Amino acid sequence: MNKVMSNKWIIFLYTFPALLLIAVLIVIPLILSGYFGLMDWDGIGTMEFIGLDNYITALQDSKFWDSTLHSFLLALFSACSLIGYLAVALILASKIKGASLLRKIYLIPMLLSSVAIAQLWIKVYNPSNGMLNSILVGLGIENPPAWLADPSIVLYAIFVPIIWQYAGFYILIYYAALKNIPESLIEAAKIDGATPLQIALEIKVPLIMNVFKVTIVLSIVGSLKYFDLIYVMTGGGPNGASEVMASYMYKLAFSSYNFGYGSAIGFLLLIITLIVTVIIRKITANKDEIQY
Amino acid sequence: MKMKKAITMLAFLVVSILLLAACGGEDAGGTGSGNTKSIKFMHLWPEGSSAQHYKVVNEIIADFEAENDGITIDLEVLSNEQYKDKIKVLSTSNELPDVGMTWAAGYMEPYVNGNMFASVDDIIESDLSDSFVPGTAEAFSIDETAYGLPLELNISTIFYNKAIFDEYSLEEPQTMDELYEIIDTLNKNGVNPIALGNRDAWTGSMWYMYLADRFAGEEDILTQAINREGSFEDPALVQAAEEIQSLVDSDAFVQGFNGLADEEAKSMFMGEQAAMYLIATWDLPNFTTNEDVPQEFRDSVGYFKFPTVAGSGDPNSYVGGPGVGLFVSENSDVKEDAKEFASYFVQQWGERAVTEVGIIPATKVDADSLELPEMYVDVLNDLNEATNITLYADVQMSASAAQVHLDMIQALFGGEITAEEFAKTHEDTLSAED
Repeated sequence: MNKVMSNKWIIFLYTFPALLLIAVLIVIPLILSGYFGLMDWDGIGTMEFIGLDNYITALQDSKFWDSTLHSFLLALFSACSLIGYLAVALILASKIKGASLLRKIYLIPMLLSSVAIAQLWIKVYNPSNGMLNSILVGLGIENPPAWLADPSIVLYAIFVPIIWQYAGFYILIYYAALKNIPESLIEAAKIDGATPLQIALEIKVPLIMNVFKVTIVLSIVGSLKYFDLIYVMTGGGPNGASEVMASYMYKLAFSSYNFGYGSAIGFLLLIITLIVTVIIRKITANKDEIQY
Repeated sequence: MKMKKAITMLAFLVVSILLLAACGGEDAGGTGSGNTKSIKFMHLWPEGSSAQHYKVVNEIIADFEAENDGITIDLEVLSNEQYKDKIKVLSTSNELPDVGMTWAAGYMEPYVNGNMFASVDDIIESDLSDSFVPGTAEAFSIDETAYGLPLELNISTIFYNKAIFDEYSLEEPQTMDELYEIIDTLNKNGVNPIALGNRDAWTGSMWYMYLADRFAGEEDILTQAINREGSFEDPALVQAAEEIQSLVDSDAFVQGFNGLADEEAKSMFMGEQAAMYLIATWDLPNFTTNEDVPQEFRDSVGYFKFPTVAGSGDPNSYVGGPGVGLFVSENSDVKEDAKEFASYFVQQWGERAVTEVGIIPATKVDADSLELPEMYVDVLNDLNEATNITLYADVQMSASAAQVHLDMIQALFGGEITAEEFAKTHEDTLSAED
């Protein structure tokens, strides 16, 4: 086996297809979008080189900064919600009754497509016929808010289904990590008289810290480039109140036919995401490796 | 060991073949080989959502093929949004279909400037002179040259539920004051007056455009402001914006309209949850012939022209415009045949669109000679008496100005900005483009 694996040709043959795919589908489009960002181009006619104008415009564009703020708010909310997911996973992993059923229920949103989830929540949020407002009216609240129409609420109203959508995914990851902890450690702690809360916070959580760090990166990066539910539920409206970076990029490139500017925004999105990833990796850098 | 190596090689082979297969395969289906020519045609009426459109298109194609030996039509059908995306991608790689569909004015501008569409002036002159409703072919013209043959014509009117109106003894309003009274009565009785899905802000834009038209009186000040002959800060346009906010303040529209899609608003109107709904005539089948809609509801739908305001405005002036039209690709290998097909299609379509599909074609129709539901006859007669049709603002404007317009409409309806700010943002955007 080692002989095969040390053959340079074999190494090349194994890695080349994946490398080719990544180059064609990811690296080249990335470079191209940075390049298109230097152009004044409607996506159809002739391109005109305008240097960094698009990038300068973007940095002065209040709508771009608003959408960036919204993306970061989403990232913050997603990151905070990880604690909730972890709590649920801790409970599920502690051999309560019906844990396996609950685990499957939590996973359901992940199995639905984003568009289906969006349609579902549009119905829930419908101001006059929606489930949510019907309940609120039933509870005696006279003028329940129009969730997706009120610029001060709409963003948070969309955060709820996004957080709901990914709950199953993170709970599953944490659950698997928790199940990986050797039973002997827990037994030892029990013999030493640790309470279940102590076991959870001081033994289990530190042991899966590596996994937790990875999920922080996943959730923040995923939030910064988030697009689908927002596009389907509000299209970024009303008047940009729920616009995020990715939906703003799409709107510019495909609705406003401003492909050059849209590409520039896309490239800025990439840079922002990269910077944030580096920062998070720095903050959460591993100091000591845990081994069971 | 040998076995392992074999598996390795096999795995690599499979992957490479898959890759090669994905890269190739684009070359099939070229145009014209030997004696038969093929014209590539793309349209946006899939069988699922537009069964009647789809059927009639196929029949016209079959007739054309039967009459023209050696020409086949190579058809591709996509739904609306996918169609828009695909056309855009095809145009960047210079692979537009020989004949396809386009929207008017602002939408087609980039394509015309990019030399993608052929002029169709020659078709109009030879085959179709004087057969379009005035204003429709012009909407597909840029610098006096036509690049599209209009297929549809829509005007917007306020549809209303007669049963609800009867219940509260209301009558069709002639003026905005009367409309306000109706709104008041309906609100007092807990009925939603007007269904509006302003998440699709072009629906709110229609309300604004109508008010602008009525305040402006004789002249089409909105169009002038958009094509830069006038200013968007004209008093009529500011007044119209103020009127929108006073409508919102009097609870004219359903709750949370800024978060609702047009489809949701429509289902509220069709579910008898709202009394009125401003929409264009493309929805006529839903109110007349569509068997999926309960007969009882269809019988209770009527329509009235947008009211006049403070004694100003002409009720026979409409907001509307042609929907899609046919373009012929400039780079087509079979341009002459493609033009012939486009011309044939438009003529056939004009005759069959009303009776079989239930849409108003952009070609002139003699309403009295056809058997049509009453509402169609009324609309066609109204069209004949129309003094003016103002093309939808978001179609008139360039794509990026249209986006600003739609955002501003949402902000205006949502009370986030004043009428003056609304006008000023438009003025700034439009003058910056010049």
